[in-house]
Amino acid sequence: MKTETFSYIPPFTDEQTAKQIEYFLKKNWIVGIEYSPQPDPALAFWNWWKLPMFGQHTAEETLAEIEACKKANPGNYIRITAYDSVRQGQVMSFVVHKP
Amino acid sequence: MTKPTNDSQAPTDNVNEKALFDAGVKEYSAAGRYYYDIGYKPTETQVLAAFRITPQEGVSFEEAAAAVAAESSFSTWTTVWSDYLVDAARYSARTYEMKAVPGHPDQMMAYLAYPLDLFEEGSLPNLMSSIVGNVFGFKPIRALRLEDLYFPPALLSTFQGPPHGIQVERDRMDKYGRPLLGATMKPKLGLSAKNYGRLVYEALRGGLDFTKDDENITSQPFMRWRDRFEFVMHAVKQAEAETGERKGHYLNVTAGDMEEMYRRAELAKELGSRIIMVDYLVAGFTAFASLSKWCRANGMLLHAHRAMHSVMDRQQNHGVHWRVLAKWCRIVGADHLHNGTVVGKLEGDRTSTLGINAMMRETNVAKVENCPGHHFDQPWLSMPAMFPVASGGIHVWHMPELVSIFGDDVILQFGGGTVGHPWGSAAGATANRVALEAVVQARNEGRGLLAEGNDILKSAARHSPELRAAMETWKGITFDYESVDALEQRP
Repeated sequence: MKTETFSYIPPFTDEQTAKQIEYFLKKNWIVGIEYSPQPDPALAFWNWWKLPMFGQHTAEETLAEIEACKKANPGNYIRITAYDSVRQGQVMSFVVHKP
Repeated sequence: MTKPTNDSQAPTDNVNEKALFDAGVKEYSAAGRYYYDIGYKPTETQVLAAFRITPQEGVSFEEAAAAVAAESSFSTWTTVWSDYLVDAARYSARTYEMKAVPGHPDQMMAYLAYPLDLFEEGSLPNLMSSIVGNVFGFKPIRALRLEDLYFPPALLSTFQGPPHGIQVERDRMDKYGRPLLGATMKPKLGLSAKNYGRLVYEALRGGLDFTKDDENITSQPFMRWRDRFEFVMHAVKQAEAETGERKGHYLNVTAGDMEEMYRRAELAKELGSRIIMVDYLVAGFTAFASLSKWCRANGMLLHAHRAMHSVMDRQQNHGVHWRVLAKWCRIVGADHLHNGTVVGKLEGDRTSTLGINAMMRETNVAKVENCPGHHFDQPWLSMPAMFPVASGGIHVWHMPELVSIFGDDVILQFGGGTVGHPWGSAAGATANRVALEAVVQARNEGRGLLAEGNDILKSAARHSPELRAAMETWKGITFDYESVDALEQRP
C-alpha cells in the first residue's frame, strides 16, 4: 500500500522531515498533524492532532508534536498537512509515520 | 378590389435622380467614421483585441486596421440606408493603437476596442463569429492573426469557467505538494478493450495518478466505447484498491453528436470515473460548453485535448494564437488543458508556453509581465484555474528541469517514458514517481534542481531499480546547464 506524496521514496529521517517543515513555514503555510488507524483513500478527513499550528511553530516543535501524537495513538498512521490561507485550501499532505 | 399602390416606391427611369442617402463605398478609415480612432481610450467594459495585420499590397495599414474593426463589428462593405438607424458611435469597434512588428515591415499590430453590447452574455460562439468571423477572409487583408483578446470583467463574469479548478481537483484526488503524473495509452489505435484496460492498470498500479485516452479514440470497431469504459474503470478501481491511492483515467467522450456525448459521460459517471475528456476544438465550443456544464452539475473533472489547434495557431501571420484558444478554453471551462512541455523539441516556444501556463493558473490578474507574449492584463475574478498538461517526449532525466520550470500545479505526462520502460509500464510508472518525489523533496530542501538534477536522480536510483533501469534506457539525454540558464534569463 502507498500513501500518496513521498510514499515512493525511503521514509524521511527526522532531519529530512524538519527540512520539509521549514520549507512549508517559509511559504507561510499553516502546518498540521493528522492521525488515522487506516490510510484509506476514501477517508478525506483523518483525526486532527490538536489544531493546525497557526502560530508558525518551529520544525522542532512540530516534530515534538508528532512524537506526542505517536505516543498517544499507537498503531496509527500519522501525516503532516499544510494549508495556505491565500490559496484558501490544503496544499500539502504526506505520511511521516506508519505503524 | 383594387390593389393599393405606393407611389414613393415606383421605379424611375432617371438614374440621375438624387440619392436619398450617402450611398456608395467609403474608406473604412474615413473621417467621420469610428473604425480608425488612434488615441481613443477604451472604456472598462470593452473587449480588447490585438491583431497582427498584413494588408494587401496598395492597402494602407490605417485602412486595413479600420476594415478589420468595421467588418468584425457592425459594418458591411458599402454604406446601407439602414446604417442611419443605428448609433454608429455606440456599435463601432475602434482601432485605438497601432504598433510596429519588429523584423516584419509588412505587418503591424492593431489594437481594437469592441463595445460590450456587440456580444451575447455567456456565448463564446457569438463572440467568435464577430471577432474571428468573416473578417479573416476579407480581401483588403492578406493575412490576419488574433494575438490576444481581453475579456473585461463585465463579460467574463457571464461565463463560469472550469467545472472545478486546480484546488478542488487536488482535494478530490487527494494529491498535494507535487505535480501530478499521467500517461497516454499507446498504441493509440487497435488495442482490444481488455488489453487497453491492462495498460491502464499497469501504469496506475505502478504509481501514476492518471492515464489518458488518446484524442482519436472514441468508439471504433476494434474497441467500442462501452467496452473500453468498463475495462478501464475495472483497472482504475483495481489499481486504487492495490495502491491505496486515488486514480483516474480520462475517458474520452468526444462523439459525433451531443446526445451521444452525454450518453458516454453518464456511463463514465455511473462506473465511478472521476474524470472525462473532450477534444474541445474538434467538438466545437457549443458542445464543449454543454459538456463543461454537465461536468459541473455531475461532479466530474474535465480534461481538454487541443487536437486541431495547429490548424489555427501555427502560422505566425494568420489565424488565432494558441494563447487565445487556451484563454477560450478556460473561459468556457475545462479543468486540464494541454500546453506543451517546454523542454526538448518545443524549446523555441518556451517563453510563450510559460506565459500561457501563467495565464491558465492565475486566479487574480494574469499580468503581462508574468505572462510573456500577452498583450493585455487579464483579470480572472477568482475563476477557477486550469492544470496545464505537459505531454510528449519527456522522460525521467527531464524531471528536475520540468519541476523547476512548472512548479507543482501541472500534470506531467510521460507516455513513451512510461510504456517504453524495459520492464513494462508498471516499472516505468514507478520510475517516474520515484524521480518526481525525489526531485520535489530536494527542491523543498533548497537544493538547486538544474545544477544538482543529475545527482538527485542518481541518489534516488540507489533505492529504486525501476528508476535505475529508466535512467539507463534514456541516458543519452542529459542536461545542458548553460542553455537552460540562458533561457531562464529571457524576458
